[in-house]
Amino acid sequence: MIDVIFLQFLNGLDKGAAYALIALGLTLVFGTLGVVNFAHGALFMLGAFCAVLFRQFLTLETVTVDPSQLSPWGTPLEVRAPLVQAWFGDWGAVLVNYSVPASIIITIPIMLLIGIALERGIIKHFYKRPHAEQILVTFGLAIVAQELIKAFFGPNPIPQPMPTDLRGAADIGAWLGMPANVITYPIWRLIYFLFSAVIIGGVFAFLQFTTFGMVVRAGMADRETVGLLGINIDRRFTIMFGLAAVVAGLAGVMYTPLLPPNYHIGMDFLVLSFVVVVVGGMGSLPGAVAAGFLLGILQSFASMTQVKALIPGIDQIIIYLVAVVILLVLPRGLFGRRGVMEA
Amino acid sequence: MGVMSRKDLLLFLGFTVTVLAMPIWLQPFGAAYPDLLQRFMIFGIFAVGFNILFGLTGYLSFGHAAFFGVGSYAAVWSFKLLSLDAIPAMLFAIVVSGAFALAIGYVSLRRSGIYFSILTLAFAQMSYNLAYSVLTPITNGETGLQLTLSDPRHLDAAIGQAAGGQPIPTLLGQSLGGFAGFYFCAGFLILAFFIAQRITGSPFGMMLKGIKSNQTRMNYTGFNTKPYTLAAFVISGMYAGLAGALLAVTDPLAGAERMQWTASGEVVLMTILGGAGTLVGPVIGAWLIKYFENIFSAINEGMLHRFFDFLPDGVDSAFVAVTRKFVGEGWFLTLGLVFVLIVVFLPGGIMEGVRRIAGLFSRSRRAPTVPGQAVRQPQPAE
Repeated sequence: MIDVIFLQFLNGLDKGAAYALIALGLTLVFGTLGVVNFAHGALFMLGAFCAVLFRQFLTLETVTVDPSQLSPWGTPLEVRAPLVQAWFGDWGAVLVNYSVPASIIITIPIMLLIGIALERGIIKHFYKRPHAEQILVTFGLAIVAQELIKAFFGPNPIPQPMPTDLRGAADIGAWLGMPANVITYPIWRLIYFLFSAVIIGGVFAFLQFTTFGMVVRAGMADRETVGLLGINIDRRFTIMFGLAAVVAGLAGVMYTPLLPPNYHIGMDFLVLSFVVVVVGGMGSLPGAVAAGFLLGILQSFASMTQVKALIPGIDQIIIYLVAVVILLVLPRGLFGRRGVMEA
Repeated sequence: MGVMSRKDLLLFLGFTVTVLAMPIWLQPFGAAYPDLLQRFMIFGIFAVGFNILFGLTGYLSFGHAAFFGVGSYAAVWSFKLLSLDAIPAMLFAIVVSGAFALAIGYVSLRRSGIYFSILTLAFAQMSYNLAYSVLTPITNGETGLQLTLSDPRHLDAAIGQAAGGQPIPTLLGQSLGGFAGFYFCAGFLILAFFIAQRITGSPFGMMLKGIKSNQTRMNYTGFNTKPYTLAAFVISGMYAGLAGALLAVTDPLAGAERMQWTASGEVVLMTILGGAGTLVGPVIGAWLIKYFENIFSAINEGMLHRFFDFLPDGVDSAFVAVTRKFVGEGWFLTLGLVFVLIVVFLPGGIMEGVRRIAGLFSRSRRAPTVPGQAVRQPQPAE
């Protein structure tokens, strides 16, 4: 029995990690700028499509016709040579194989740029406007982003293969001294969890141990006073928005092998992430992370056959059900502070 | 109607005439066919109802599509179990969606602001997910709920009216296809508008507006605001159910996708686009969105080529390449852009634009002939 529970716990981790990463970004934006960002799921989706774009770029081919060879149909053979191999030689093949993790390199600058442009271009004008209008404008931006992606990449999911070395499963049970093959877990999911742990740890360390992070935290607590001290808090908050976009984008990139991205993947995650943020408590970073993992794991337990036999349909609604209960019992969420968003 | 002020009466009459004459004045726009007109009416009702909640009380519900979907299912079940007549179906749908709204509203209204939005969203998503999975015996899952020849229809059977052939909803034996269906829906829209107008002008409506501008102060003055918001929520849920039922009357097939949160988002867009808090704004927003959805999604590449024919060859195809991203399948891109622009520059929606333009022409006095000005509202969402 303990192994079944442990397995479900593990299964919830990767989804929980994705929720936690998105919710972390949402909370950063809310905590710093005070903006309810419905476009955050779209940033996740854009990150995922950075991976798609990178792979499409890597697999560009030159097609030359070789008249000396004949194809099975008797026509001159077309020789396809990936451009990458022409540039990097054998390294090219490795690069294509590792395209998903490698695309992190382009994702970071792209998402930073998108985030900063978004904040300077539109969201800046909405600090003082009511939350309803913030929701509406970011909702519109999300529609625009996802339709642009649909126009360029088509409506169908685009599968991204994971690196060949990282396919298969890890025998976690054996590591922990259990018999072999009792608890196996796909390697990529494990990597996703570790990756998100590193990112989350990085964000917290950045906020906790750097001067920049200290100023940002001070700004979150009392923006006006920090401004009066002669610190350009707006520029730092803009960078925090960029950082939140990068976190969402990275979450999207690494998730592509687990779920082929399509243009509305962001919306699917956004609704859940909002629930996560609210459950964790608006504006609380540890709350967002904890609630993300909590809900991911609960969802994983709810999709067990035994549980579904007990309460039919529970796997479909568990997250929303938890959200409703927590909101009604603990209005500020799990870790929420007093006085945040209690309109 | 001695109780109505002259201004209200004029607005109501103007609205009625505009709606009833739609098959005529929409002719030049190529929109005067029954199918589209029916949708104009249905989504008009949906938006008017949504506005009673969002426009008057400021509570932004992101789950109104659930009531719309429940109304559709209830109407189709009434067609299946009771009678093919539209009247019992309407009544049944309104009662069911009202009860549903009462339950959800009772819980959701314990919180306000974004928490309220998330609660309604959570309930709507729960309904949607359940409709697709365990509630399949009631909703027929992905296939959607349809009428069949073997439906019992107890009321029809009781009065010895066995419909032969394909079961189609009727009104007292009259078919509701084509323009008959439009006038049926139009009647409901006018009624819905009338009720909304009366609510807005009533002390109850004033109370709701008071809740919007400062709920705390309302509480301090001794009002218990909860019953008022709950009443607004239920009324607006019933409107949504009515709209859903009308959609089932014109096309007796109910599917769960009507309850998805994108559908809830659509009615929010309609209301904002037209102008939340105004009476005619949401209706205009609904009409515009449905109209452009229809026109834009029908445009294909060939039409664009013909349209840009006058340009030189290379430029011509460049224009086509750019614009075709915005039409046909890409219509939602246009919608999203327009929506962002509206929220950024004209948060009061089209009605605010009308008011501003009218303000340019008559600086000194308010022109009573412009419908948008007959209903002066506080700025939306504040």
